Amino acid sequence: MTNEELIARLQDIDPSISVDAGEWPNAHIEATAWPVLAPALRLCDELAFDYLFCLTCVDWKTHLTMVYHLTSTRHRHHLVVKSKLDREAPSIRTVSDIWRTAEFHEREVFEMFGVHFEEHPDLRKLILPDDWQGYPLRKDYEDPVNMIKL
Amino acid sequence: MVEEIGTTEQGDLIINVGPQHPATHGVLHLVITLNGETVKKVEPHLGYIHRSIEKMCESLSYRQFIYSTSRMDYLSSHINNHGCALAVEKALQLEVPGRAQVIRVLMDELTRIASHVLWWGAMAMDIGAFTPFFHAFREREMINDIMEETCGARLTMNYMVPGGVMFDLHPNFYGRVKAFIRQFHKKLPEYDELVTGNTIFRSRTRGVGVLSKEDAISYGCSGPTARASGVDCDIRKLFPYEGYGKLQFEQPLATEGDTYDRYMVRMHEMRQSLSILEQLIDNIPEGDFQAKTKAVLKLPKGEFYSRVETARGEFGVYIVSEGGTTPYRIKYRSPGFSNLSALDHVVRGQKIGDLVAIMGSFDLVIPDIDR
Repeated sequence: MTNEELIARLQDIDPSISVDAGEWPNAHIEATAWPVLAPALRLCDELAFDYLFCLTCVDWKTHLTMVYHLTSTRHRHHLVVKSKLDREAPSIRTVSDIWRTAEFHEREVFEMFGVHFEEHPDLRKLILPDDWQGYPLRKDYEDPVNMIKL
Repeated sequence: MVEEIGTTEQGDLIINVGPQHPATHGVLHLVITLNGETVKKVEPHLGYIHRSIEKMCESLSYRQFIYSTSRMDYLSSHINNHGCALAVEKALQLEVPGRAQVIRVLMDELTRIASHVLWWGAMAMDIGAFTPFFHAFREREMINDIMEETCGARLTMNYMVPGGVMFDLHPNFYGRVKAFIRQFHKKLPEYDELVTGNTIFRSRTRGVGVLSKEDAISYGCSGPTARASGVDCDIRKLFPYEGYGKLQFEQPLATEGDTYDRYMVRMHEMRQSLSILEQLIDNIPEGDFQAKTKAVLKLPKGEFYSRVETARGEFGVYIVSEGGTTPYRIKYRSPGFSNLSALDHVVRGQKIGDLVAIMGSFDLVIPDIDR
């Protein structure tokens, strides 16, 4: 499927999605649309995005953006899904039941950025110690002991 | 919270493997729930070697940040550096000279062989055979000597720079690589005789720790771990970079997805890498080893993603740039992190004695998982 066909197909599923073309199409979605869109991307035969190869978050100081990099092992097309989250109470539905790899990646984003993943089976800290305070990968994180300013 | 060591209400035994344990090859901590000898659950606890490289990179320039990635998967340090260099080159639309491209591929494949050779020795040691480790180190030493002479280091080479490589090849490089090719052709059949054909080895690995194709994809596995389950996921084949498209090599695939298949895929991969070395060593073009770049690199605003195939699988570099001299955010998609997430699923229902063999066949490098 070419990028143009892919964009058209996405807008069939949800007309409110805005898509930028690029090397890989970037779909900007609302967090509330994700629980419906994610299974559609995975299960629709023409799309078949079965491989979530990267899941991360970016702190833009005013808001957080979740970034999902998806590809299909059958059709070899790519898609980047982005969703803006409120920085004060970031929350989005988990996709760990659709792509199992998300379970670990979401736990990492949870501890590093403080994003709450609804219905995640095991949302605990993965890398940081259990009693760690704050979200280290946020831009306003300060640690007077361990951080060296260059 | 970490469960306390002891027995649960159902009579299951909870034990800790690691963070200091010879079989985890690093500071990996596994909390294992056992019912008799059968594994019911494995829960990895990470972070014992977490250095927050992603956060550090936010204050490093585009020339400096590459070096921190050598410390992630230290057995694929060239290839990690390569991924970073590719992302910067993609952003700057920099053309890499032909000679530099060939040097990079040669170094990548030498790294892949060195990594697989070490894995082979360690995997055999995990299963209880100590001798192969010494055989493996004999060949690995030859590669380390090649690296030392040209790059100036044996483990964290830091040889790739945006636009090419840091220095030209050492005059001894050709001779040493050719000597290595001759030696390795002789020794690979010995490896097979020593381990692959061994009855005890086969009975300990066949049908043990099966990962199905669907699960391998869903868990985001990549590299030999996924290819043993039949997923064709070699980035060098699917999305060729640096002239890999012009080379003749195969992507070994297996169907069973058990420990033995993961072993065999890596054995075949060493042969493929050897063939790539043979194709390139006499065909290194003359010319520059580095493109002309500015002293301070400034990336345009935007997002850049590069993917390379390390010895462990797909390594991704995701750079978010705001147009300055330092990245706004960097995410490293490390292959070990995703591969590890499948471990719990694979070992459930297996015997505790097989856990180490299965873990060995996943080829986990802990600093790569923690970053």
